[in-house]
Amino acid sequence: MEKRTRADTFVDEISAIPGGEGIRLCIQCGTCTASCPNADRMDHTPSQLIAMVRAGMREEVLSSNAMWHCLSCYLCTVRCPRGIKQTDLMHALECLAVREGLSHGRTLTPAMYRSFNAFVYSLGSLPELGFMTWFYMLTNPLRALRMIPVALALLRHGRLSIKARRLTPEGTNQLKAILDKAESLGGTS
Amino acid sequence: MRYYTYFPGCSSSEGGAKAYGRSTQAVSKVLDIELIELDDWNCCGSTPYSSIEEIASFCLSARNLALAEKRGFDLVTPCSSCYVILNRTNSHLKEYPQLKAKVDEALGAGGMEYHGTVRVRHLLDVFINDIGYDAIAAKMKRSLGGLKVAAYYGCQMVRPRPSFDHPENPQSLDKLITSLGGEPVPFPLKSRCCGGSLIISEEALALDLIKKILDSASVNGAECLITPCPLCQTNLDAYQSRVNKKFKTNFNLPVLFFTQLMGIAFGLGEEDLGLKTCIVPTERVLAKYL
Repeated sequence: MEKRTRADTFVDEISAIPGGEGIRLCIQCGTCTASCPNADRMDHTPSQLIAMVRAGMREEVLSSNAMWHCLSCYLCTVRCPRGIKQTDLMHALECLAVREGLSHGRTLTPAMYRSFNAFVYSLGSLPELGFMTWFYMLTNPLRALRMIPVALALLRHGRLSIKARRLTPEGTNQLKAILDKAESLGGTS
Repeated sequence: MRYYTYFPGCSSSEGGAKAYGRSTQAVSKVLDIELIELDDWNCCGSTPYSSIEEIASFCLSARNLALAEKRGFDLVTPCSSCYVILNRTNSHLKEYPQLKAKVDEALGAGGMEYHGTVRVRHLLDVFINDIGYDAIAAKMKRSLGGLKVAAYYGCQMVRPRPSFDHPENPQSLDKLITSLGGEPVPFPLKSRCCGGSLIISEEALALDLIKKILDSASVNGAECLITPCPLCQTNLDAYQSRVNKKFKTNFNLPVLFFTQLMGIAFGLGEEDLGLKTCIVPTERVLAKYL
């Protein structure tokens, strides 16, 4: 019987996620890391992260702050000589980290994403003012105070709507039915 | 007249980039383009959904694509984020059958189906490839008379899929500026990231990136920037004073949507352009063209 190691299972798990299948092709050339505008703020660089996935360092990878600093600018993706979809890979790691309750404590990005999604889920659209207010209240109300000058400038220039765009009642129900079903189907692999 | 299904995205409809939506419609009219808004569309989910709720994010896009499929026209959006997200769903559904099966099942719960036939396009692609630079220049009422403009493309209109322009050294906006009589300045950071939505959760990090971009435009003599992305515009414009405070700089660079600049050259008025919604005042630079 074939013996499965810890490394095999984690790399298999990632490979099975759309966008994660290229992980075995990495040659550790570091092009992604050199291209990333935020690599210097990550506790593990994008190429290190790939090596760690392949070494089976599941917990270390999923509790890293690296993927939360990904800007989805896709520079790594277009430059990778092996055609790895590095940005999709980052998203896959974010999804897994959230699912396992491991999202990194020192960055507010997961909370920001969750606030955004809560509005989109319930309204089908994104009211920017509501979303930003909700996020700041949830994470750090003091930072909300610091945001007042930016918010006032936007408001003065007619760029902050109080009311949200609504879908028709049928559209709202249809979207909820679809998203609830999606939720019940779990991951993408 | 050319017809397209129009997906404004949240920012350009009721959100912070209303002026982008308005100028998009006005400029399209001049170019004999009819943009018919998709009925009852929903948010594309943008980066937040695709980052942490992957299957649901594909379903958000798939509902829009299914609605658009019934119309039969190309689906056009002015927003770079909507563009990348809708395209990503299209290509992922083709590439990953097991993902498609799940998305189909979820769509079915809403009584919908999607067959993968909708072509998603960015507004700029439609302007330069379906209409063309010459036809655009022919509609010009006043030349931009040597106005020095930095064309800021951002990330998601040109990456990751091969599209209508180069992923790292795009030229379409530069050519558009030239065809309207303006002068595109050399701009090495034209497709580097502005920090995107991390301006909200990781402000310091995003301000660094915004500063680099403004610096690059400024040292190359730009009098203003143009962009095809609502989030890029907000970051470069609304946070410019924040950058000045943090880095003790004195940037004073108006940041326009490319449709606003086209509208100026087409002789359109404030009603259509919404220049007053720009946070960094535009009058100093643009008064002579209005």
